[in-house]
Amino acid sequence: MKPISRFILSAVLLCGALTAAVPAQAAAAEALPATSLYQLPVKLSNQDGKAFRLSELRGKPVLVSMFYNSCEFVCPMLIDTMRMTQQALDQPSRDQLAMLLVTFDPARDDVKALHTIAHQRELDKQWTLARSDAASVRKLAASLDIQYRKLQDGQFNHTTVLVLLDGEGRVVGSTRKMGAVDPEFLQLLRTTVGVTAK
Amino acid sequence: MMRHRRIAGRQQAAAWLLAVSLAAAGGAVAGDTAQAVEYVAVPAGLLTSVLSGGSAGNLPVKVNPFAMRSEPVTNREFQAFLAAHPEWQRSEAPPIFVSPNYLRQFSGPESAAALARQPVTNVSWFAAQAYCESENARLPTWYEWEYVAAADERRRDARKDPAWRARILAWYAHPSSSHASIGGKANAYGVRDMHGLIWEWVDDFNALLVSADSRDQGDPEKLQYCGAGAISLQDRENFAVLMRVALLSALKGNDSTNDLGFRCVRNANKEEQ
Repeated sequence: MKPISRFILSAVLLCGALTAAVPAQAAAAEALPATSLYQLPVKLSNQDGKAFRLSELRGKPVLVSMFYNSCEFVCPMLIDTMRMTQQALDQPSRDQLAMLLVTFDPARDDVKALHTIAHQRELDKQWTLARSDAASVRKLAASLDIQYRKLQDGQFNHTTVLVLLDGEGRVVGSTRKMGAVDPEFLQLLRTTVGVTAK
Repeated sequence: MMRHRRIAGRQQAAAWLLAVSLAAAGGAVAGDTAQAVEYVAVPAGLLTSVLSGGSAGNLPVKVNPFAMRSEPVTNREFQAFLAAHPEWQRSEAPPIFVSPNYLRQFSGPESAAALARQPVTNVSWFAAQAYCESENARLPTWYEWEYVAAADERRRDARKDPAWRARILAWYAHPSSSHASIGGKANAYGVRDMHGLIWEWVDDFNALLVSADSRDQGDPEKLQYCGAGAISLQDRENFAVLMRVALLSALKGNDSTNDLGFRCVRNANKEEQ
């Protein structure tokens, strides 16, 4: 069993490697870049019940992650970490950065539940809490290299990662550091927001 | 008797499969290739998975009834799909959905005729998803795949049989660059080629993460995983199936390999989430 365990372990660790930084180019006119996640034909609804397509996020960089509401431990920390990261930016940069959380659990996290979280956690207007259909959730997670699995007790086991998309929906980088701001990631965030603002 | 199905079984099955495939090709006109493909009913049941469902003692998981394609999707079928959905052509599909070796068999030396009855490989998960959607189907979940793959020709769960285990394991010892045609012996459900031909995508390939080795208490890595129960590999004897878990866990949705294909399933009842 040893070799197989090691293989799996290294595979899991490999997934954790920081995604190589891609320079954020100035927004091209119409066609999405070939590496843009916004090519995913995913429809979502936000915490106010408003429907939107992933591609409508085009224009601003987005800090994105996935979560589920009934999670007791890591998910609150995930939201905290996202917020800490957001607040490490100055106000003009914050205004340039969209925050997106998509639930793994559309069966339980309905619009009302998302609305409640946004309210309780006092998330500002940059934040979108979103749900989609189960198949789209799977596709989005695959694109973000997020693994998740529903357990028998209704909890989800998932990788916790913050992913930064540039204004065109390309992955610029990611961090798995939770509970504190990742300085390298913050630097990447500043660069990306700066590039988009110009 | 059935031990040598990889060679002999395939040859004799080829004749009637040819007839079936001609019928199937007839059904594939401009629209989707929904007709003429066989889906066989798989009744509900309990599965003791190689993966833990997160509960102590690894209780069996319930598998709802579904219908599974009796055979993997072939190159010919995939080409019919490409004709109807040109956005998935090798030259069109963007790199977030496919990798550079996507469908490379179509530009290789093997003729279209030789490829036709071989399972399509070098397909990404995204492409496989899109194909299944065109058949009003989806990729099987890991549990669904494992449930059907537990069967041999007579028994729905042959996994405790060392001879059966040895037989399916033997295939992994013979890497090959090209594939035999589909059409192995049907298992107890009437499904073919679950073993011995290709690896297969599952819907939740990015859900198999195995954390038995990386969830030690106090390990900062554990923060990467949310959820109470540890996922761990059960039934460590079932090496052949565990290798599939390991492979799938290491892949990204746009990856493709020369040995990785897929088949689709449909829900037995209408309740989609």
